[in-house]
Amino acid sequence: MLLKLRFLRREIVCQQAVELVTDYLDGALSRADRRRFEAHLAGCPNCTEYLAQMRATIELTGGITADDLTQHMQDEFIELYRQWRADPDGR
Amino acid sequence: MDQEPDAELLARLRAGDERAFVTLVRRHHAAMLSVAAGYVPSMAVAEEVVQDTWLGVLRGLGGFEGRSSVRTWLFRILVNRARTAGVRERRSVAIGDAEPAVDRSRFDSTGHWAVPPEHWVEEADNRLDAAKLAGRLRSAVSELPDRQREVVMLRDVEGLSSEEVCSVLDISEGNQRVLLHRGRSRLRQMLETELGRV
Repeated sequence: MLLKLRFLRREIVCQQAVELVTDYLDGALSRADRRRFEAHLAGCPNCTEYLAQMRATIELTGGITADDLTQHMQDEFIELYRQWRADPDGR
Repeated sequence: MDQEPDAELLARLRAGDERAFVTLVRRHHAAMLSVAAGYVPSMAVAEEVVQDTWLGVLRGLGGFEGRSSVRTWLFRILVNRARTAGVRERRSVAIGDAEPAVDRSRFDSTGHWAVPPEHWVEEADNRLDAAKLAGRLRSAVSELPDRQREVVMLRDVEGLSSEEVCSVLDISEGNQRVLLHRGRSRLRQMLETELGRV
């Protein structure tokens, strides 16, 4: 009975695995949890796919380029810069 | 794409190069606006905070010794100003509320997938052109709860490290990671919904 309980505690199910992805990618899991997570992935194509999707999400998010500045905003920032050049300490 | 490092732009900016200033502003503008918006009542005020931040950056140039990255320095100034300008009560980071990465209905009673993730990674390149996809993602990011959006912008768009984000926002690593996880999970779900159907 005791053995079985310990065994159960070590197994990770999918619903738990998806909550560990960010910790895993950040290297923030304990060595034991990391091993459990990887053992789960090894036997679970769905969670392997899920991890790949989280990686893809991060990569795609990193590629959202900034909305370009409008000409008006750009002019305002240049004006700000010129003001600073003329009066660096704002007195 | 302009890939000149921030630190080199700073040097040119000190020397009076207007273009360097515009390049630096453009590079960080969206993230700065997005982060500022989480503290103040309107986009107009957020824009003021961003402008005010740049003025602070210019005036602080002489004192910047490069002990932190330019981005960390920039966003620390921004968050300080946004906090000062913010009238909106900063909601505490509600870590206790369980917001699952994946809706519970997609797992069976034993916690295994009942409705497994739909395939979409391969589709991301084909289904939508890059510009459209970036547009959808940008609006999904803007709809994230303030604290999640802040961390996602800093980590995944601006590329700050976990340590840098904690120092900028003055939160613990644990909280930072929970917010990041929730934000990324929502974005993944959006992509699955958008691209998944076969």
